[in-house]
Amino acid sequence: MRSKLRGRAILIIPAALGMALVILPLIGLIARTEWGNLVEHLSSPIVWPAIRLSMITTITTLIIAMILGTPLAWLLSRSSGRAASWMRALLTVPVVLPPVVGGVALLLAYGRNGLIGATFFTMFGWRIPYTVVAVILAQVFVSLPFYVLSVEGAMRSVDSRYDKIAATLGASPRRVFIRVALPLAAPGIAAGAALAWARALGEFGATITFAGNLTGRTQTAPLAVYAALQGDLQAAIALSVLMLAVSIAVLGLLRGRWM
Amino acid sequence: MKRLLQASTGIAVALTLVACGGSADPAEDETTTPAGETTTDAAPAEPVTITVLAAASLTDVFTELAEAYEAEHEGVTVELSFGSSTTLAQQIAEGVDADIFASAGTGALDSLPEDYAANGGEEVIATNVLEIAVQPGNPSGITGLEDFTRSDIDTVLCESEVPCGRAADQAFEAQNITPTPASREIDVRATLAKITLKEADAAIVYQSDVVAEDGVDGVQIPLDQNVVLEYPLVWFNTDEHTVGLAEFIAGPAGEKSLTNLGFSLPTP
Repeated sequence: MRSKLRGRAILIIPAALGMALVILPLIGLIARTEWGNLVEHLSSPIVWPAIRLSMITTITTLIIAMILGTPLAWLLSRSSGRAASWMRALLTVPVVLPPVVGGVALLLAYGRNGLIGATFFTMFGWRIPYTVVAVILAQVFVSLPFYVLSVEGAMRSVDSRYDKIAATLGASPRRVFIRVALPLAAPGIAAGAALAWARALGEFGATITFAGNLTGRTQTAPLAVYAALQGDLQAAIALSVLMLAVSIAVLGLLRGRWM
Repeated sequence: MKRLLQASTGIAVALTLVACGGSADPAEDETTTPAGETTTDAAPAEPVTITVLAAASLTDVFTELAEAYEAEHEGVTVELSFGSSTTLAQQIAEGVDADIFASAGTGALDSLPEDYAANGGEEVIATNVLEIAVQPGNPSGITGLEDFTRSDIDTVLCESEVPCGRAADQAFEAQNITPTPASREIDVRATLAKITLKEADAAIVYQSDVVAEDGVDGVQIPLDQNVVLEYPLVWFNTDEHTVGLAEFIAGPAGEKSLTNLGFSLPTP
């Protein structure tokens, strides 16, 4: 009995430490929040435009990720060639890349002086940095891979015999995708969407480097937290708490439904 | 400078009396008088790390000075961290270890605990003025502050809450100009980077930033429209090398690299 307890303690101590490392900063944030004045602090002029912009851009990003990412995930999950594994590896790059580096890369591609941005700028006068489009491009860059990799995993675990059976029964590839793969992978798609959305919501480095930081135009909620931190600590905390609450609410909702 | 020395030697003596048996070496303390660094080299130096947090605009000066100080003092490592002065001050207030803090402007000092210099000292080491950074050769024909309202070019400023942004706002307000920047960057280096990356046509930074950066040209802002920024140096303790490095920065070596890199010296 005692040795069994000791055996468990060996697991419980690192497990509890691990939890503490994650939870303590969150408790720190909540403990420093002036709950009574929360609404007042949230009325700082940068808060509302930032929340609005974050909502608009992250939802757009999520839609783009789902429209482009779902077919990509499906094709990847049903291919085993060398090309597919290279594509998978390339998709992993933005996941591990420091976001600021991603921002520099985006500038060098879509900036006024960038690989294709220069053409846009000189031919059409389109300047992508400092716009909402840049914010969305940055968010798609960092969150699409999360979505694809997670959905691909879900689709891969859907037994390929089901789609073969559907095909032998005369279903076209499109019909197999829509009527068989999508419903079976639905929980994975929901999880991937939640992850991608959360990643887009939290995006900071690539956005500030590539899209800049202007209230109402490119200053998303995380950028506003950073900006507020320079002057009004309580506004920064209030906005942080609000983001924390929104994130928990969305994840909780998804968890109840699908995850 | 005189104030710095008086404070440091006074407290150094007090510390020697108090810190019997501590790691401080009394023999070394005796040599920290202004004239002598001579005998420190003789004793095997204990490794010391001095943590310095400094405003982003001081990056080049402090990197240079830290290397020079390390070369002169064996066993001393100077750890440098650069960022927006306000962020650094907040980090210090939240308990980040720092021996020395150099701020762009005195505004960030408000974020420090009230008695921040109680165990150390403070001295203004340099001043800086605003300057307009433009693309090499000034292709957009920038001439002054009024260009920041043009819609045919992209201009960037520092965030309003950081010193370079606050100073820029003051300059614009004094001239009754409402700038229309494409972005307000988080610190002066990020602002300047938009010019070097050719993603913006004009930015308001410090004169020292224009001097330090090869890929940009500067358009001066007349002194009567300009904002002068003071750079206070704060040290939080009187450890031998904290004071040593502070004196080095405030002394002739520091003055030389500060002026070389576009800073002005405070009028005594």
